[in-house]
Amino acid sequence: MKVILFTLANEHYGVEVDKVRTIERMMPLTRVPKTPPFVKGVINLRGVVIPVIDLRGRFNLPESDYTDNTRIIIVAVKDASKQMEVGLIVDSANDVIDIDSDRIEEPPELVGGIRAKYLRGVAKLKDDRLLVLINLEEVLNKSEIVQLEQFEA
Amino acid sequence: MDMNQYLSMFIDESREHLQAMNDNMLALEADPKNVGIVQVIFRSAHTLKGMSATMGFDDVASLTHEMENVLDLVRNSKLEMNSSIIDVLFKSLDALEAMIQDIEAGGTGKADVSSIVAALKSIESGDYVKSGGTSATGAQMSAQRSENLAGALDSYQHSVLVQSLQSGCHALRIEVDLERTCVMKAARAFMVFNLLEQNGEVVKAEPAVEDIEQEKFDFTFAVYFVTRGEPDTLKSMIENISEVESVRVLVLTEQSLNEMFVRTQADAAAQAAAPASAVQETKNEEGIRPKAAGGGAVSRTIRVDIDRLDVLMNLFSELLIDRVRLEQLASEIRRNDLIETIEHMSRVSSDLQNIVMKLRMVPVETVFNRFPRMVRDLAKSLGKKVDLVVTGAETELDRTVIDEIGDPLVHMLRNSVDHGIETVEERLAAGKPETGTVHLRAFHSGNHVFIEIEDDGRGINRDKVLSTAVRKGIVSPEQGAAMKDEEVYLLLFAPGFSTADKISDISGRGVGLDVVKSKIESLGGQVSIQSKPGEGTKFSVQLPLTLSIISALLVRLGNEKYAIPLSSIVETSAIRQDAVRHVHGTPVIDFREGIIPLVSLGELFEVPGYSAEGKTETEIVIVRKGDKMAALMVDEFIGQQEIVLKSLGHYLTNLFAISGATILGDGQVALIVDTNALIK
Repeated sequence: MKVILFTLANEHYGVEVDKVRTIERMMPLTRVPKTPPFVKGVINLRGVVIPVIDLRGRFNLPESDYTDNTRIIIVAVKDASKQMEVGLIVDSANDVIDIDSDRIEEPPELVGGIRAKYLRGVAKLKDDRLLVLINLEEVLNKSEIVQLEQFEA
Repeated sequence: MDMNQYLSMFIDESREHLQAMNDNMLALEADPKNVGIVQVIFRSAHTLKGMSATMGFDDVASLTHEMENVLDLVRNSKLEMNSSIIDVLFKSLDALEAMIQDIEAGGTGKADVSSIVAALKSIESGDYVKSGGTSATGAQMSAQRSENLAGALDSYQHSVLVQSLQSGCHALRIEVDLERTCVMKAARAFMVFNLLEQNGEVVKAEPAVEDIEQEKFDFTFAVYFVTRGEPDTLKSMIENISEVESVRVLVLTEQSLNEMFVRTQADAAAQAAAPASAVQETKNEEGIRPKAAGGGAVSRTIRVDIDRLDVLMNLFSELLIDRVRLEQLASEIRRNDLIETIEHMSRVSSDLQNIVMKLRMVPVETVFNRFPRMVRDLAKSLGKKVDLVVTGAETELDRTVIDEIGDPLVHMLRNSVDHGIETVEERLAAGKPETGTVHLRAFHSGNHVFIEIEDDGRGINRDKVLSTAVRKGIVSPEQGAAMKDEEVYLLLFAPGFSTADKISDISGRGVGLDVVKSKIESLGGQVSIQSKPGEGTKFSVQLPLTLSIISALLVRLGNEKYAIPLSSIVETSAIRQDAVRHVHGTPVIDFREGIIPLVSLGELFEVPGYSAEGKTETEIVIVRKGDKMAALMVDEFIGQQEIVLKSLGHYLTNLFAISGATILGDGQVALIVDTNALIK
């Protein structure tokens, strides 16, 4: 299957091409109050307002400044029969690669501090690099956000 | 042939025809002797039959065919319309509607319509006819039909031909023989018909057109034809078609027509009716043979996909943002011709903007048109007599409102018919006419559209409503006694409320009216009730003209901009820091006669860099929810603007005090404050 390759904190991650709508450069965000810290706000994408989350924050990685390479990957997921579009802020994203579905292995329990449930698997690329496939549905799971909110309140 | 691309067209057009048939059937019910209306219904049924047969929906086609047969008998005055026939026809329309819905949902449109078909067939053969001499007329009617096939003209066709003669056309009987070696008889016949239709009107064909299309004829067929052209020219034109062996043209005179016309007892009465309908027909230029023309009046519209309109709107808003930027740049660069060009572009894009906004407006008629039928069925099932008077159906509403307003209106209408209008006996006893009237009105006023449902029924019983409300714990007896009449009526909208003693299928479940109110309020509208016991009740719905554009006040908090909908704002003002008082720790200020809570939006929204310190005077916005108010502290008023509402999508739900977003002129997103959440 084809995946979009992106980097986050010097590691390579992938998300399936068919879930990606578009990849945009970093653009001004409007903060939305009372949302979890990794929800950075909303953007105006050609007349449509789309929420944006910072994947570093979502994965509890230390946040860093945005560079010229920072990109927003707009993905589309279905949650309870409703289409959602969300932007993911990543350090860079510039490749599409083919992965053999059989070469995807189970993720080890602790991978750099990210909880395993956000990952679908780990694949070894041709040049010996490791690619982590993310589980979009878990990353964008809203019930967790609700819990977080209740926790804060 | 790929049917799918035609499927949506078929569904749309079938729906239109079904709607037209429904409307006309209602008109016919009120005026059963009007053969003209039957004509129109027949045309719609005929078109529907053709379309469904082409698309392969056989059940639809055969049901429509049976309806056609019955309608044909009525329009030829061989059958008198009565209420049981009308009921069967209505049932057929319902069955057709269900089949079309099935097709739309991806089904095959097959349905077991055998009972309705049997009913229609029995009407045809005369078992249903209730007037005097039933079986005799029945026998005559079936005799008539078989005689028609043998070459005689029925009264309708006869009168049409006679009329055309009198208006100076030629009436001809043309017999065409095809060559014995002709293989594709239907195709040749089609070519002959094509030619004929280009030169006049075909009144009747022997055998019938369907049979010719299915090649159920030997090698000869005949046509009764009306034309202004010369018979001889026509003859040679037909002979020129290949594989046509010979053509015989018989010029008809009134006398020969009368000989061919078979009169029966039933037709004597029909004679009176036939000229009337024939006159109606000749008024319409092409109305001699009911043509399968979808619309007699060619309306200059095209169907547009709603999604395309949305894309258009979005692209257009982007254009607006660029326009603002260009205007800024132009003033910086200061080149006159650039400034002029941009001014012109601004004017043009403003006009474009108005038109694009208008594109989204749809007449309420599309929602209203199913109501007459619904009211009729409902009244009938309740044994009441109700007349629905619709005014202002051409009033236009934003299409998103149209989508949502249908169900609430249905509920309120059902309420009027079920609870409002009394039974015939009660009405007569009260000195009212036995038929109740429900008015459905729509009109513009200011920036709003009003929809009113008014009935002349029994009105709302204040005491009954109050006692139920008290019983259900919605209000206390003291509160109830202090309430004005309008407030008591509004209790009907409270959740769980119902004064119906029995829950009927129609209403009384206590679920409906509160959903109606919340639906209307979610559309940005309001609903109120007025009533006079014994005289009637009026539901009044007020809706904003365009759903997605609202007036708002832009304010600044720290570095962030927020929009507050103007409809919730009472006043803007400024207060001195020392005017703030505290009650139980909550900051409040004096306002008019009382005190209202003071809310610091900057703190509530945790605006970065916001500080309430060091201000002697603060700007405040006073907002209202119902009769409660609150004052919101802001840093600065930016100004009042019309803003386009944008949804925040499905990911961010349950946001605190934010109801949506808007895109400002400079492309920035500003959040819209939900003031209702700020007032407890």
